[in-house]
Amino acid sequence: MNTALSWIKAYVPDLDCTDQEYMDAMTLSGTKVEGYSRPDKNLEKIVVGRIEKIEKHPDADKLIVCQVDIGSEVIQIVTGAPNVKEGDKIPVVLDGGKVAGGHDGGPLPENGIAIKAGKLRGVESNGMMCSIEELGSDRNMYPEAPEMGIYVFQDDVEVGTDAVEALGLHDTVFEYEVTSNRVDCYSVIGIAREAAATFRKPFYPPVVQVNENKEKVEDYISVEVQDTDLCPRYCARVCTNIKIGPSPKWMQRRLAASGIRPINNLVDITNYVMEEYGQPMHAYDLDTIAGHKIIVRRAKEGDVFRTLDGQDRNLDPEVLMICDAEKEVGIAGIMGGENSMITDNVKTVLFEAATFNGANIRKSAKRIGLRTDASGKFEKGLDPYNAEAAINRACQLIEELGCGEVVGGIVDVHAAMKDRTVLPFEPDSYNKLLGTNVSKEEMLDIFKRIEVDYDPVKNTLTVPTFRQDLLRQCDIAEEVARFYGYDKIPTTLPSGEATMGKLPFKLRIEQKARDIAEYCGFSQGMCYSFESPKVFDKLLLDADDPARKAITISNPLGEDFSIMRTLSLNGILTSLATNYNRRNKEVRLYELGNIYLPKQLPLKELPDERMQFTLGMYGDCDFFTMKGVVEEFFDSIGMKKKIHYDPDSGKNFLHPGRQADIVYEGTVLGYLGEVHPEVCENYDMKTRAYIAVLDMPSVVPFATFDRKYQGIAKYPAVSRDISMVVPKDIRVGQIEAVLEQRGGKILEDYQLFDIYEGDQIKEGFKSVAYSITFRAKDRTLEESDVSGVMRKILNGLEGMGIELRS
Amino acid sequence: MKEKLEQIKAEALRQIEESDALEKLNEVRVNFLGKKGELTAVLKSMKDVAPEERPKVGQLVNETREEIEKVLEESVRRMEKTVRDAKMRREVIDVTLPAKKNNVGHRHPNTIALEEVERIFIGMGYEVVEGPEIEKDYYNFEALNIPADHPAKDEQDTFYIDGDILLRTQTSSTQVHEMEKGRLPIRMIAPGRVFRADEVDATHSPSFHQIEGLVIDKNITFADLKGTLAKFAKELFGEDTRVKFRPHHFPFTEPSAEMDVTCFKCGGKGCRFCKGEGWIEILGCGMVHPHVLEMSGIDPEQYTGFAFGVGLERIALLKYEIDDMRLLYENDIRFLKQF
Repeated sequence: MNTALSWIKAYVPDLDCTDQEYMDAMTLSGTKVEGYSRPDKNLEKIVVGRIEKIEKHPDADKLIVCQVDIGSEVIQIVTGAPNVKEGDKIPVVLDGGKVAGGHDGGPLPENGIAIKAGKLRGVESNGMMCSIEELGSDRNMYPEAPEMGIYVFQDDVEVGTDAVEALGLHDTVFEYEVTSNRVDCYSVIGIAREAAATFRKPFYPPVVQVNENKEKVEDYISVEVQDTDLCPRYCARVCTNIKIGPSPKWMQRRLAASGIRPINNLVDITNYVMEEYGQPMHAYDLDTIAGHKIIVRRAKEGDVFRTLDGQDRNLDPEVLMICDAEKEVGIAGIMGGENSMITDNVKTVLFEAATFNGANIRKSAKRIGLRTDASGKFEKGLDPYNAEAAINRACQLIEELGCGEVVGGIVDVHAAMKDRTVLPFEPDSYNKLLGTNVSKEEMLDIFKRIEVDYDPVKNTLTVPTFRQDLLRQCDIAEEVARFYGYDKIPTTLPSGEATMGKLPFKLRIEQKARDIAEYCGFSQGMCYSFESPKVFDKLLLDADDPARKAITISNPLGEDFSIMRTLSLNGILTSLATNYNRRNKEVRLYELGNIYLPKQLPLKELPDERMQFTLGMYGDCDFFTMKGVVEEFFDSIGMKKKIHYDPDSGKNFLHPGRQADIVYEGTVLGYLGEVHPEVCENYDMKTRAYIAVLDMPSVVPFATFDRKYQGIAKYPAVSRDISMVVPKDIRVGQIEAVLEQRGGKILEDYQLFDIYEGDQIKEGFKSVAYSITFRAKDRTLEESDVSGVMRKILNGLEGMGIELRS
Repeated sequence: MKEKLEQIKAEALRQIEESDALEKLNEVRVNFLGKKGELTAVLKSMKDVAPEERPKVGQLVNETREEIEKVLEESVRRMEKTVRDAKMRREVIDVTLPAKKNNVGHRHPNTIALEEVERIFIGMGYEVVEGPEIEKDYYNFEALNIPADHPAKDEQDTFYIDGDILLRTQTSSTQVHEMEKGRLPIRMIAPGRVFRADEVDATHSPSFHQIEGLVIDKNITFADLKGTLAKFAKELFGEDTRVKFRPHHFPFTEPSAEMDVTCFKCGGKGCRFCKGEGWIEILGCGMVHPHVLEMSGIDPEQYTGFAFGVGLERIALLKYEIDDMRLLYENDIRFLKQF
């Protein structure tokens, strides 16, 4: 909301502070000022001049030479403007002065445009006559300004005086950000009241007194509210003998500063009162209201209504309509109809100031697709008491500004109005909540300033109706805090029983995952939780793959963000592809993020959110690099047992010969592998890529930070190397299983040190060599200990068709 | 005998002097001191010496041996040093050649910021908790004083799923879960992912992260809220950081505030970074609304509390001067490597 400070000062005349002080103090008391601008920025040495004489320029057809009286002297100015004539009063910028912009009205230069005396085609020119654009404004705000050319004063302004003053540009326009609970502050009066309370200055709201004629409003209009649930109050008044014309300059200036274009006196008055009171009003041409009757009721299904912007709107029974005896004439609180629109020929005006159900207006505006200034205010839920005040103010202005006559009386239809909220005054409880020591007297002084009445007999506070946000003691405490000053409240730390700060075990494991991934060269990525259902095809999932059962967002930002991911792979592959296509070499990424597995679809209960530790890489690496990362991670979280890799993991998106489930103590904890070349192609990657996915809820139960020292071996180890010729389809994992089963207690370690296929080895076989280490904790091993175990191992291996090489 | 020994000694010293390699020195050792060496031979010939002379001669032999050994050892040491020095001279390397790095990966800036925040609050006795990202309307809205028709519901541009299930728009939902557990006092922070229907651009993302904080105990005051968050800001942004609390409105807190910190670039003087204001808005906070406590089964007459919510991306963007939010989700390695 933008408002000129001069308007605020109309109600708080004693306000005396710099713009910055005003902004800071208002923000600290809760009326946030986003910023401010000065309409007179870069306007220097500009006075009102009168053109005494106009002559043709001797050397230029399009220029004229003017003698301009600027009060103290008459100066010569050359101009190309087509619209001036002798006797015109115009703004003149003198030599050494400044204007805000160029005559074409483009963006204003930061430091304005300096004006100096000079010669135009050989003729001296000692200043410049200004267009409204050069003064930093435009014809929207100054409708009387000519389309092209110099601004000409129409009022009685004195030659030689400050032209910027005459144009009402010496002002500051503040931009407020009003919070949704402070409906009262969506108005100039509301903000002025806050300003008065903030600066402890007296507040003088407008005195509303309507001079009515002898007629009775009941003879002009009757009102029937059928749907009272949606319309708590409807006030109507009538003005006759309307004379349309421009509104006074002060009103135009205030509206313009608020960003509202002045139109004519009638429209301007309704807009003015909307800004001033925060109460939207509507004006109907009474002669278009059939039966001189207003009926407020819901629309009927399928109704179509043409609003005054000429658009046809589709209605439904939840939309509240203003109707006359025959037809609909406006969408309540949103926009009037074309059929009852005010024209310049209007004779009699019906004013409407009503309050409507805020939620209903909000929803209707959304459904119809038409949000207006009015609906924006109504949807916040307006104070019904304000409607009457506003309509009276409008009628007062009609009469005062000579726009028409006010018919006596008001038609006021409303249900029982809510009483003012009364709360016991509990100063101790406010101090206790705030941690302050504000005196009772200071609190009462604050309440006085914000029009909360104190009853010393009952010791109660009575809240004004416009403060619908003050309902409980905590709300009152906030008022005390705001005006006492948030900055004056002390800073302390909570007392009370000490608590143990901690990171839960699951999060500690995730932290370890990050550490290990990073040690292994992986950087952390972040991926979206939602993705496109097309992802499943990209990953070659079968039509009946359970991962395709994904949760769908009912109002997504397009299909690409429409389902909650059931696999974490797409995110990491997309990120790898981004890097690949940006020619980044050697990329290793990991992500920790949830997947969302529905228990049933559509959702009846919350889904299973499973944290996935996903790693992906391309470049100088292979399957075993990835396997190394997995094992480093398990080792770091105390998972020291043998990890099994089951090549039958059945993942369509992985290379069929290069994938494995990761199995720990019989539980599948995840999978790893090389990405299927077709999937790589689907992601536009012309490289091999490797991924691993660990399901953290499955991993965490096996993890531990307990460690037990095993003792460093005291007795020497004995090692034996074995070299084997092994059928090609036997995996070393199977050999290792034999070593483990048969190695007994003295088996300490084994290392694969050679694997070879090729020339010296017969077809269908490979050569495999292990170094096996034995050790006993309590003695030096005898040759017989080792040879016994070795015999068992070799027997086992031979049973698998493995030949031992000498 | 004496002359003989002198002769042997002189010869040995001469040979030592002439040796130009370790092997030669070894030869000298063998030749003079070894089992078949000349001094040993002298000892062996002791039987020819008169018994009363023997101790004297023996002593003489030992003295000679010691002297030769001493000189020999010194020479060996000297020569070893010469050899080592020569070797090291050959081994000079160009220390400006490239390092062999382990290419350690990098944490996401969001996580770095999050871990900072967690560290600070864990130090103040807060427990880190988590809540579901897919949430019931009740926890995301209603239990936070945002009933069905509340305008705040529209403002937050919620993604809906089925019925009353939605993607949480704020981590404040976790407050409710914690309060419902009925374990008091509470000091928690709840970091997590939240979702709002904002199109992706330089300052918006449909999914981002918040950190919620909640303290509930007897006698918790607004002053405690101020003190806690001021301490947090100093820890996070530096000891010189000042904070400013401005009144604000949130449905689930009353009184409510927004906290600004002094701009960490200009220290509050005003610069382009803080748009000349000297202050940067960092979080929303307030005293937990008594109705929120009541709905979660906590007696507001006995307990009070404060809550706050910080946008993690906001902190990361500000702290690391990242100018486009999209960078956080693109995962370009050239971006990530900078953290």
